[in-house]
Amino acid sequence: MDFLTLVQVLDSTIRLATPLLLACLAGLFSERAGIFDIGLEGKMLAAAFFSAAVAFMTGSVWVGLLAGIGASMVLSALHGVASITFRGNQLISGVAINFLAAGMTVLIAQHWFSQGGRTPSLSGAARFEGIVWPGALTRIRDIKEAGPLMQVYSELISGHSILVYMALFAVPATWWILYRTRFGLRLRAVGENPAAVDTAGVSVVGLRFAAVGICGLLCGIAGAYLATALQAGFVKDMSAGRGYIALAALIFAKWRPWYALMSTLLFGFLQALALRPDLIETAVGVKVQVQLLDALPYILTVIILAGFVGKAIPPRAGGEPYVKER
Amino acid sequence: MTDTAPAIELKGISKAFGPVQANKDISIRVMPGTIHGIIGENGAGKSTLMSILYGFYKADKGEIFVNGTKTEIPDSQAAIAAGIGMVFQHFKLVENFTVIENVILGAEDGALLTPSISKARKSLKQLAEEYELNVDPDALVEDLSVGHQQRVEILKALYRQADILILDEPTGVLTPAEADHLFRILDNLRKEGKTIILITHKLREIMEYTDTVSVMRRGEMTATVKTAETDPEQLAELMVGRKVLLRVDKKPATPGDVVLSVRDLKVTDSAGVERVKGISFDIRAGEIYGIAGVAGNGQSELMEVLGGMRSGTGTITMNGQEIDLTGKYSDGQSRRARGIGHVPEDRHDEGLILDYTAWENMIFGYHRDPEWGTGPLMNNAAIIKEAEAKMERFDVRPPIATLKAKNFSGGNQQKIVLAREIEKNPDLLLIGQPTRGVDIGAIEFIHQEIIRLRDEGKAILLVSVELDEIRSLSDRIAVMFDGQIMGERDPAAADERELGLLMAGIAGEPDKPDHIAVEENLTAVEHGEAPKHG
Repeated sequence: MDFLTLVQVLDSTIRLATPLLLACLAGLFSERAGIFDIGLEGKMLAAAFFSAAVAFMTGSVWVGLLAGIGASMVLSALHGVASITFRGNQLISGVAINFLAAGMTVLIAQHWFSQGGRTPSLSGAARFEGIVWPGALTRIRDIKEAGPLMQVYSELISGHSILVYMALFAVPATWWILYRTRFGLRLRAVGENPAAVDTAGVSVVGLRFAAVGICGLLCGIAGAYLATALQAGFVKDMSAGRGYIALAALIFAKWRPWYALMSTLLFGFLQALALRPDLIETAVGVKVQVQLLDALPYILTVIILAGFVGKAIPPRAGGEPYVKER
Repeated sequence: MTDTAPAIELKGISKAFGPVQANKDISIRVMPGTIHGIIGENGAGKSTLMSILYGFYKADKGEIFVNGTKTEIPDSQAAIAAGIGMVFQHFKLVENFTVIENVILGAEDGALLTPSISKARKSLKQLAEEYELNVDPDALVEDLSVGHQQRVEILKALYRQADILILDEPTGVLTPAEADHLFRILDNLRKEGKTIILITHKLREIMEYTDTVSVMRRGEMTATVKTAETDPEQLAELMVGRKVLLRVDKKPATPGDVVLSVRDLKVTDSAGVERVKGISFDIRAGEIYGIAGVAGNGQSELMEVLGGMRSGTGTITMNGQEIDLTGKYSDGQSRRARGIGHVPEDRHDEGLILDYTAWENMIFGYHRDPEWGTGPLMNNAAIIKEAEAKMERFDVRPPIATLKAKNFSGGNQQKIVLAREIEKNPDLLLIGQPTRGVDIGAIEFIHQEIIRLRDEGKAILLVSVELDEIRSLSDRIAVMFDGQIMGERDPAAADERELGLLMAGIAGEPDKPDHIAVEENLTAVEHGEAPKHG
């Protein structure tokens, strides 16, 4: 494997890790506030559809992005009302959202576009294009001949869509919000012991809705990225379990932002490897079934969820509706 | 009116929860710079009243005056703004936050944390010096002892400029030494002009530390008196509504043969922490062996092993025969077959199924007895009849066996569990926290019942965090600290201070329960540097 190939694999790693990272951070905000959210998947899917559909209709990917975020936040609000206001079971609410999104997106897509449950392909301004950094090479022939530093700069650093950079920026931002601001302190507290927040005179409901709202925002961006940057349009079930993988990554990351970056990059890397069976064959010496490679991230998810990652202590009040007690 | 307005004045407060009238037309005046005790049985409405004052509940009727001004307190924010702070019985702390983070939570000075933290650090230092409220501001709360956690709660209130501090059953979880320190803090606060409302069910605390005391019974304020002008007997009578025997009357024990013998028992919990570190003791027929200690020092694990709910290593013999500790053949059923009755520490989680009826609860563990059914079928009519007879004997009110367990008061729930276990005539009765959350009237009955059982020649293992209870019931007292028995004492000879030091792990010799000569030991500790605990 030459150096450029490695750089190319890492490049795909970043592209593939981005939706996972955004969803993982979305889950982080929600779960840190004590609201378990297995509806990340559904929210991403809804956002993917609405962003693609609206981007196609308006011709503007930015309007599409807003529509995607809006759709995701509507589902978040639903989750919030069910699990915060009415103190319902958070898992059931999340499952319902996933089903709702899976069915609704295809149904509406068929009704609007009559293309078998997908949106038409996006192009031009209806899609997020890669941003070419100053001085970066774009032609593959030029890159092949360039030095290693230039290869890294051109392939790995330059050329991603704006959403990738936003996702990476969201990591330090999340860390800063959680650990350096009043909002973050209260958010973490409400996921650990809502009674402490309540007796301190701060609204538990308000904080939890804020967290669920941020979760919706980030899931919306993640979904829009899938349909308008990673792919060019919406197809049925395009989130492909990424919401669940993001949850596994969140546990792996022990609910911490920097660890979330690392764990989603790991999952992204496995997904990137699955795209290059030829590399595995040269590295291992035997032909590995593509299906097995495709399954790798999911297998890893199972292993992680089975608890092979050491002790991950979830927020203590996670999953429990807050009821004021005497 | 006098020249000073009361710090708190409540006028005609009423609050109902459905058909239950928790507070009926309550009026009370708490003067500034005093410690005002509120005493009453469980369910008398003390906590409801304080919850109204702290904005947790809205009163149906009535007015609240703070420092002479009528004040609306719709939520905790308003209570804090009015200068009221509350230290709850179950602390409202974020355990994996530092002390300082807990203190500033909800009282930050701006959107960013750094300035708030440095301000709080200064302020905590000052409060620590002023009131003996020393806590490491950067320690994680979960690493602190219970006494220190309570100080964090007090610091939280003071940091919010509280002038009126409400403490709900503050000493329930403290060692005597920690409790003494708490009252020193409260005294310092009083000297600074702060007002303290102390809610407790312990008559002794009321008599020793309060200036004024109000008594509540069944949602009503029955009396407010100067503490100096009353006595415990009168207060108990006001609480219960009849004369109560506060002292336990018992004859000297006449111990017989060894019933239970424990040797080098070790228990490790699921997290791999050794909770019981090799303890040994014997209990004879006709004696009550009391285990004192602050909650969480291995007493619960000991009880659970004996009751068959947990595995351990070592040897335990019951009437000369070894019983299984590996967990393979140990469960409540086989323990009962060996003549061990068990009244678990937590009656809500372990003693009862709250959603089941009293009779169902009273047959649990004995439902396989051929007496109560044929094959897989139970003879419900007979069981119900028997349950009601037991309920009569144990004075369970109301004696209706078809009522769900959750509909009984704490004391009556405890009597249901006791009736189930005692009526089976066990050779050894394990009793954990027999009177936790039980009102004075029921305490009297339960204590008499335990003594009666002893006099019938049964062996009794009593575990309680209430030192007074251990002292008045036990024939021998063992003190547990950190999974070890720090020493055995004769209740007649041991004073509270000595037991308190053992409970704090400061005095005593672990694992030498038969070693009685501790006098030198104790004096050494008194004169030397007592190791700081927590």
